[in-house]
Amino acid sequence: MPITVQIPTALRRHTDGVGSITCAATNLSELFSVLDEKFPELKPHLRDDKGQIRRFLNIYVNEEDIRFLGGPSYAFQEGDEVLLVPSIAGGSHESDS
Amino acid sequence: MSYYELRCRECGRTWGNQPRSICDDCFSPLEVAYDYDALKAQVAQGTFSRERISQRAPNMWRYSELLPLPQSFTPRLPVGFTPLFNAPQLARKLSSNAAAGNLYIKNDAVCLPTLSFKDRVVAVALSQARAFGFDTVSCSSTGNLANAVAAHAAREGLKAWIFIPSDLEPAKILGTNVFGAKVVRIAGNYDQVNRLCSQIADEHRWGFVNVNLRPYYAEGSKTVGFEIAEQLGWRLPDNIVCPMAGGSLITKIRKAFDELIKLGLVEPKEVKFFGAQATGCSPISTAVKTGSPEIEPQKPNTIARSLAIGNPADGHYAIKTIKNSGGWSEDVSDPEVVDSIRLLAESEGIFTETAGGVTVGCAGKLYRQDRILPDETTVLCITGNGLKTTDVLAGVYKTERPIAPKLTEFEAYLQQTLDLDEVPGVIAAAQQAAVGA
Repeated sequence: MPITVQIPTALRRHTDGVGSITCAATNLSELFSVLDEKFPELKPHLRDDKGQIRRFLNIYVNEEDIRFLGGPSYAFQEGDEVLLVPSIAGGSHESDS
Repeated sequence: MSYYELRCRECGRTWGNQPRSICDDCFSPLEVAYDYDALKAQVAQGTFSRERISQRAPNMWRYSELLPLPQSFTPRLPVGFTPLFNAPQLARKLSSNAAAGNLYIKNDAVCLPTLSFKDRVVAVALSQARAFGFDTVSCSSTGNLANAVAAHAAREGLKAWIFIPSDLEPAKILGTNVFGAKVVRIAGNYDQVNRLCSQIADEHRWGFVNVNLRPYYAEGSKTVGFEIAEQLGWRLPDNIVCPMAGGSLITKIRKAFDELIKLGLVEPKEVKFFGAQATGCSPISTAVKTGSPEIEPQKPNTIARSLAIGNPADGHYAIKTIKNSGGWSEDVSDPEVVDSIRLLAESEGIFTETAGGVTVGCAGKLYRQDRILPDETTVLCITGNGLKTTDVLAGVYKTERPIAPKLTEFEAYLQQTLDLDEVPGVIAAAQQAAVGA
């Protein structure tokens, strides 16, 4: 059940310049495992120390935010196109209190 | 001019100055950081002081030391320095025991050149676009930003490609077309347009003001805060009520106040920040109300299209700004937005767009909840002009039948249509005339 994953330019230095891969992951957890194995340097950029998806990383499936599809529990369908897109915030000097 | 560079908000790595908004190391947002020690020295020497600033031209460039502007930059438009004024009649309507002198309106409905606060952010972003050598600038927009980018690009001789949700208000589309910009309508909501623009920015070497130029762009919002402080007589208010879409403005007003305190230009004060959203798109106010530090994205469904961002990029930081300040966030329904537009117009003579209706409506709720107290100095940020969103008032006012240009016709019309309660002065005059007769 192949799906395609598009990797943004900002992350491609951790994928030897690879911008797209096809794999057979059935959900987000499996997809991350595939990416971890294929591109070990990418791992810390996708999830934090607690294994949570990084705050500024948005994940879309066929143009829809995965959070509207059930989040990590969403079961990938054959031919799904997964986009990893950085969230463009302006930043803040607020402390993390 | 002052020394500044991009710094990662989360890991602290510095990136010099370049068209970039993300830290490659940790994927977090970049922010402009200044050499505050050098600025403090300028304040100590008197070369950057209240007096010096007050002698400069009345526009946002009077705060250039605290903006990320290129060395060679010469302002070509007098953007900003919009009026801040007292709103005594609105104060009485929002709070039965409000002290009339304590409520202020910061009126960016008349910001030049395109009548919204977005002119401020675009002015800064385009100064950098030119310095970085872009010949084309671009943005994803809910309307006001589209207008601002198109107008400033025309002025600067840059090409503009503007991406908008296809259901945008006609006046905002026209107000982009007229400047000669290329307008691309996307069959989707703002969040989808914004996602697409992130992808386009990956492929095309364009200056996207809210993607690769975003750290510089966002700094322009600080000028709202600088002006409020200066116009209050170099003091900070007790409360700020600010509309929230992507959540950037409220965090940047906070940054502006903190910088003025840091440099000794105002006395330190704990200002409470209150965020305003439309109930039909309220991811930030929902998070504040439920105590969540993170945004749960929403599908926008509101007439306040300029605030219709369901996945606000700076939402996390807006929540922190509100929470750390002891403020709160509210939201109002679409009918309340329309009522509030009319309330502001009828009480203070300001015609704001839907976002301003959201701000006024939420301010009323905050007064009624005693989160804002009548004796506190409160500033409402009105960020856009009502002439751009007239469609939301369609049907509110009936079209009067025309009458012949004859005095007798008018007198007959007056008798037929007069609402005695609404125009007592006219009635009194009419009665007096009748008695006299």
